[in-house]
Amino acid sequence: MNKAAELVEEQRDGSNVVRLSGSLAIACLGDLPGRLDAVQGPVGAIDLSAVDHMDTIGAWTVHRTTKRLGCAVTGASDDARRLIDAVGELDEPVPIRPDHIHPLRRVVGQIGEAVIASGATLMGLLGFFGATLIATWSVIRHPHRFRINAVVQRFEVVGVSALGIIGLMSFLIGIVIAQQGSVQLRQFGMEMLTINLVGRLTFRELGVLMTAIMVAGRSGSAFAAQLGTMKLTEEVDAMRTIGVSPMEALVLPRTLAVVIMMPLLGFYASVMAVIGGGFLCAIALEIPPITFVQRLREVVPITDLWVGLIKAPVFGVIIALSGCYQGMQVKGNAEEVGLRTTAAVVQAIFMVIVIDAFFAVFFTWVGWN
Amino acid sequence: MSEQDIAQAEERRIDEAVQTADIAISVRGLRNSFGDQLIHDGLDLDVRKGEILGVVGGSGTGKSVLMRSIIGLQTPDEGEIHVFGESMVGRSDDEALAIRKRWGVLFQGGALFSTLTVAENVEVPIREYYPNIGPQLRDEIAAYKIRMTGLPTEAGPKYPSELSGGMKKRAGLARALALDPDLLFLDEPTAGLDPIGAAAFDDQTRKLQQTLGLTVFLITHDLDTLYSICDRVAVLADKKVTAVGTIDELLATDHPWIQEYFNGPRGRAATAAVSRHKDREQTQAAQRPSDGRR
Repeated sequence: MNKAAELVEEQRDGSNVVRLSGSLAIACLGDLPGRLDAVQGPVGAIDLSAVDHMDTIGAWTVHRTTKRLGCAVTGASDDARRLIDAVGELDEPVPIRPDHIHPLRRVVGQIGEAVIASGATLMGLLGFFGATLIATWSVIRHPHRFRINAVVQRFEVVGVSALGIIGLMSFLIGIVIAQQGSVQLRQFGMEMLTINLVGRLTFRELGVLMTAIMVAGRSGSAFAAQLGTMKLTEEVDAMRTIGVSPMEALVLPRTLAVVIMMPLLGFYASVMAVIGGGFLCAIALEIPPITFVQRLREVVPITDLWVGLIKAPVFGVIIALSGCYQGMQVKGNAEEVGLRTTAAVVQAIFMVIVIDAFFAVFFTWVGWN
Repeated sequence: MSEQDIAQAEERRIDEAVQTADIAISVRGLRNSFGDQLIHDGLDLDVRKGEILGVVGGSGTGKSVLMRSIIGLQTPDEGEIHVFGESMVGRSDDEALAIRKRWGVLFQGGALFSTLTVAENVEVPIREYYPNIGPQLRDEIAAYKIRMTGLPTEAGPKYPSELSGGMKKRAGLARALALDPDLLFLDEPTAGLDPIGAAAFDDQTRKLQQTLGLTVFLITHDLDTLYSICDRVAVLADKKVTAVGTIDELLATDHPWIQEYFNGPRGRAATAAVSRHKDREQTQAAQRPSDGRR
């Protein structure tokens, strides 16, 4: 029923006439718009008498051509005339995209914005840390406002549920360190030093660091997404109106849970890594487990354990605060939740590693090495 | 069988044929359920070409589910759905493409793509279905569609998050109209708009429907919308369409929900508003009897 739109240029009464035929609807237009654009004036008229159907897109194509060539429309049916008039009334330029900016200017602008944004984030995080401390203080003064249920629930989500994945990961890391270490140390005939390597490295650094990375990925991101969604659905605002402080009800339980869980998980991860290392030593180096444990006790000073355990809650604070802070910053649309979640994880891991470097210097300085 | 009977049967057959030609959407024996919960059971509905059909019903009666079934976002358990005479149930996405180009859908929240500007949103269907339309013409088409739905020109380069609720709906409408559809689905277009904005949106819908010859399937809770622009109203209750007709016809039925809906305080207010409006028009007409155009 719908014929493809066609175009014929012909001479009539000494002037050029563009004769359109078929169906001027979007589905049948084909390359007609391009061919109409190629028509050069002077054109006396556009003849629509052979057009059997038209939609607004067809009408617009005719309208823009008449405007460009300054010609008239002839032979239009009432419907076609009505549509052409209707779209003609709407002819007004509408910007499609935001104004184009010169690339160089944009790059400079973006760098500037990024610097300002990082500064603002740092200040915001500091402020958020302060707000958390204030909330903690007010909960200490009014202990009945402490949400024990929320905290315990977070214990499970942050800690207990993570046991499997963190345990497996640490066990494998222990194996990798022992294996790689033993290959190098064998060259000096010092394979027994693999035990030193595994024991000291995991308790001092890797156990807690890997746990922090895993918790940032599991819980930090979850905090950002949860709080972000609650911000979007105005739950946080509703809370405030009812008189419940979101800092006390949402941020504090999460922070507390992570701060308490991090040392436990870190210790657990270290132990699992040592077991992994011991496992490899028993299999590949034929060091019996009893010797492994004996030697471990001789070479790993107790300060190594303290180093790990002191760092863990600090990492926990960083992870929880950056997760909650980013979540609370969400406004606007759902896309923001995703961006903020990513930011929370990246920031947390980055800051954990920076702080870890400071700790390394600090512990050397106090002589715990 | 007498000759008269044969003639009558023939007449009936022709009537039916005429009717099918006039029907844009036909739903027969539709059955939808979520788990144990039965939403529709044996639902029948016809939408005639060129009409604005309002669909009303209490919350949870499955108005949106009905719309989603028709546009193929929800596969019904049972039943037949024909759009422009083509069966929609069990069609693959590729096969449904030809029909999909012929309808536009305005979702409740506008459902604009948040990473694109309003104008780019309008261009998406054109870009997708008709790559032969050049970028220049595409921009122009988006421009007049935006103006057509009553948006100001400054709205074009804005992102959806920068728009108010009413503007989002208009932008969604512009996108729904991008391909000049024959059929338009509107899901609660005036929900969340202020009365002035809602009335303006209704007017716009009516005007577009008349200019473009649209068939409109309109889900609404808004009694004013029903009174002011709907040709017919379908009432969803008891898991099916209990009644279809003009509001006067519906008022004549004695279904308790319909009576309560139209004769409740809000219903009466809307009726009163309409009759006041009519009175005013009549008085105005009476005051200028020698008006040349009448």
